[in-house]
Amino acid sequence: MTNNLRFKTSKFIDETYRVSFKFNNKTYFGFKGDTLASALLANGIHLVGRSFKYHRPRGIMTSGSEEPNAIIQLHDNSSRTEPNVRATEVEIYEGLVASSQNCWPSVNFDIGGINNLLSPILPAGFYYKTFMWPASFWEKYEYFIRKSAGLGKSPKVADPDIYEHKYIHCDVLVIGAGISGIMAAKMAAKNGFKTLLVDEKSYLGGSSIYDNSEFSKINNQITSSWLEKEINEISKLENLEIKIRTSVAAFHGYNFLLARENLTDHLPINQRENKVRQRLLKIRAKKVITATGSIERPLIFDNNDRPGILLSSAIKKYIDLYGVACGENNILFTNNDTAYETAMSLIQRGIKINAIIDNREQIDSKISYEVEKNNIEIYKGYTVVDTYGYRRINKISIMKLSKDGQTVVGDKKNLNCDCLGVSGGWTPAVHLFTQSGGKLKFREEDQVFIPNVYPSDQISIGSCNGDFGLEEIIRNTLSSIKKFLDIDNSEYKTVETISGLNQSKRNIWLLPSDKSIGKTKSFVDYQNDATAKDIKLALREGFRSIEHVKRYTTTGMGTDQGKLGNMHALGIISETAGTKMGEHGTTTFRPPYTPLTFGTIVGRNVGEFFDIFRRTPIHDWHVANNAEFENVGQWKRAWYYPKDNENMHQAVQRESKAARDSAGILDASTLGKIDIQGTDASEFLNRVYTNAWSKLAVGKCRYGLMLNEDGMVYDDGVTTRLGENHYIMTTTTGGAANVLGKLEDYLQTEWPELDVYLSSVTDHYATISVCGPNSKKIVSKVIPDLDLSDEKFPHMSFKNAKIDNIKCRVMRISFTGEHSYEINIQANFGKSVWEKCMDAGKDFNITPYGTETMHLLRAEKGFIIVGQDTDATLTPIDLQMDWIVSKKKYDFIGKRSLYRSDTIREDRKQLVGLLTENPEEVLEEGAQIVANIKKSPIEMLGHVTSSYYSPNLKKSIALGVVKGGKNMLGQKLIIPMENKNINVTVADPVFLDKEGERLNAKL
Amino acid sequence: MFLINCPFCGEREQSEFKAGGEAHIVRPKQPTELSDDEWAEYLFMRKNIKGVQFERWNHVHGCRKWFNMVRDTSNDQIKAVYKMGEKPPVK
Ligand SMILES: [Zn+2]
Repeated sequence: MTNNLRFKTSKFIDETYRVSFKFNNKTYFGFKGDTLASALLANGIHLVGRSFKYHRPRGIMTSGSEEPNAIIQLHDNSSRTEPNVRATEVEIYEGLVASSQNCWPSVNFDIGGINNLLSPILPAGFYYKTFMWPASFWEKYEYFIRKSAGLGKSPKVADPDIYEHKYIHCDVLVIGAGISGIMAAKMAAKNGFKTLLVDEKSYLGGSSIYDNSEFSKINNQITSSWLEKEINEISKLENLEIKIRTSVAAFHGYNFLLARENLTDHLPINQRENKVRQRLLKIRAKKVITATGSIERPLIFDNNDRPGILLSSAIKKYIDLYGVACGENNILFTNNDTAYETAMSLIQRGIKINAIIDNREQIDSKISYEVEKNNIEIYKGYTVVDTYGYRRINKISIMKLSKDGQTVVGDKKNLNCDCLGVSGGWTPAVHLFTQSGGKLKFREEDQVFIPNVYPSDQISIGSCNGDFGLEEIIRNTLSSIKKFLDIDNSEYKTVETISGLNQSKRNIWLLPSDKSIGKTKSFVDYQNDATAKDIKLALREGFRSIEHVKRYTTTGMGTDQGKLGNMHALGIISETAGTKMGEHGTTTFRPPYTPLTFGTIVGRNVGEFFDIFRRTPIHDWHVANNAEFENVGQWKRAWYYPKDNENMHQAVQRESKAARDSAGILDASTLGKIDIQGTDASEFLNRVYTNAWSKLAVGKCRYGLMLNEDGMVYDDGVTTRLGENHYIMTTTTGGAANVLGKLEDYLQTEWPELDVYLSSVTDHYATISVCGPNSKKIVSKVIPDLDLSDEKFPHMSFKNAKIDNIKCRVMRISFTGEHSYEINIQANFGKSVWEKCMDAGKDFNITPYGTETMHLLRAEKGFIIVGQDTDATLTPIDLQMDWIVSKKKYDFIGKRSLYRSDTIREDRKQLVGLLTENPEEVLEEGAQIVANIKKSPIEMLGHVTSSYYSPNLKKSIALGVVKGGKNMLGQKLIIPMENKNINVTVADPVFLDKEGERLNAKL
Repeated sequence: MFLINCPFCGEREQSEFKAGGEAHIVRPKQPTELSDDEWAEYLFMRKNIKGVQFERWNHVHGCRKWFNMVRDTSNDQIKAVYKMGEKPPVK
């Protein structure tokens, strides 16, 4: 390639600092200040990727975050690899490694390019139409589609970088540091507003900072020099914080915004150690000023996607900011004056312009006359009808437009070029505005959508508000900011501007061609390969809604969200459908504006910080004693304690046997505990539980069942009356927070007249449950002063006691059916009391057991676990727990629902016990229960909810819910499994000690 | 994300709150007197308005108090917040 593509004129490029980098395994050089795109262009490289569907060669198209084509993978096969990065945004550094995506075996020869030849049979909706039939083939199709399509590769190893989140509160947030953003930030900060100014680029000033043209001046200075002084001034303001490389991703309601601050991506890898890579800023601003500028529109014509075709403003930026020429034989193609600014930049550096093709018949601006003076041929009223060159453009064909712009007339003329700059005018970047809930209006004159109704305290200024001329931008920025901030002093005395540009434009959404539309490939969405033809086909097939056309053609559904072509898609739709622009609205712009890394989203919440763990006060003992843990809500609960080489089954069998034969000990600290006080506490319990509470004596405990208002079981637990007006309620481990919330809800909103106070005390107490025939002996050793006789301390009662002078509450309650005690003690003494119990139980083979054994033991007794045996569709009647539903109470939560026509049905699913024909066969929890497997479709009667092998009964036992199960005692049912049918018999859900002899045994 | 003016704590992030559905639905004093249809009306039927809606909110990660909010569901503008038992300050 030639060497004269770099011009030593840009102060943004440090030519004393050479940077080497790799692209597709080849080493290149650029300078500090280059983006990957500018460095590649300086090396004469345009072709950087392949398109999504047709695998067409694609080049760098833009110079910013709107880039649809130059999407690359950074540091492939390393821990820091990142896919789908825009080469136009990557600042190069020593050692950067980049590679093309979506091509195989190489970007220059891509086998998928055959899709381009097949394109006549790959129309819009092709995937839907072809691969959906026959349905059974989808898996085969999918394999090939995924292999040949797809963007970058996701990383295979852990990300070594650090990310974090930060909250920012400010008076004024200014998004975008172009000329209007800089002015707004200065006015805000100087008038006492705490201001934050952010910009996605690595420099301030937007496109004006490299505007060195004689044709746009402010106060008789070149725009860039005037702006430099402004930037210099604001960088010293105390009230103003400036963040570059910070891209606003989302603008939510109530001026809540998310932005990504990029801190190390521009540094060589070895300088990134121990630094935060990216920071997610959560910004709450009192006022937001959006100054996000505008995005140049491409033009839609046949083969408008070849490498070497760029936006004209990008060509200008590569020359003026990076000192890089995109080509040596340039042609500009435009419908407005913007391209003439690019032409002047090319002319100033002596870069050849072969021609300018302008859709307009009349061009009347100072800058266009100046370009003409330089002997550049301008084809007025012409359009490009085709382009040539496979890996790089080498020729274009042009034709004259008809008067109405609908067709082309006359002869075709060919012109050579190696670079084509296109300009279809400008689209205000209203993405963030609409994300915030703002409503747009359509401006006919220049066919743009601009902000209309603001949903919060915010304003859009500059070209994102549809102000395109320099004079207009400055005048409107000054007046709207003064009004918006309610300030008199604008900090700007007089600002006089000179502009050589005229705002005239000849807008044609789809440029005509001498070919029929079916034979053209005029790309509207470059990344997703959606063409004008596809959009027209979608309309012909009956699609009307823009949202449907978008999904059918995939227009605007790439990682660039169609920043370039969405407007053209809308234009083509309304032209084809004969409707007015604006009538269709726009598609929804969704966050993020540019893609975010997962690292930024999760911040520091990785590894052990991903979710909260709650540990009981006895946790360390469980760890030291080889416990396996299970997650119950946020809690880590001891699951079982394997000894030697026991598996879970063996450990649970041993623990279960020991608990019934001698003694078991369980850490029950995770049970929810709610302290209830007040003169109406008893009445309150009467209303929230199904059973009666008024007559419960002080010092007694009672099991309670809580329903939802719809009659379905919500939670259960034992509540103890500690005093006349004082109760302690226990809830399920997972339900604690919800139960408290529900009780507060009723107390505050339905029964505010009740004198009741609720406090969560779950974490205040450690709860140790000792059960089994030897539990009494063990507890009497731990608390010798406590009279454990049945007369003084019967089942379902409570005593205050002391262990080594520490107060504790002891309840004689049981979830296993064994004689058992529950010791509740201040949490920080939990572990030492547990150890005391272990010590006291040594002679009785006291066996710590986990949740799995607890579940087994209670299943033997037919005790339900809310959430395992119930699922919010079961009433207490369904659970055969009629005994706990008070007939006498006038009302309680859910009472009325227990006799709705639906809840009294006889054929509801009801809880039953299940015994397998083969006592060794253990059912799978969740397995379906049926009666008849001969008749198809097989009727599902219910499912297995709990299932264990009981070492105490020496057989398999299970609980399940079965339609009409209550009346099926003794009936045979079938559990159909993948490879066999298991015969079961419906049984009483209480498998062990129905009479409660174990519980009441004299010990 | 809303900024909600809790009547007890002041302005806080929406993430501290929990929405609790339509407001001013009073639990019947004598549920047993109601027909199935009347009870179902209380239990299940909600307006789900597009526009100005009265709804219950709970400052669940704050003062734990329930309160009422008037919100335009079409644009998420919060028109007013007021304590339980108080009359709505706007129509
Ligand atoms: Zn509060």
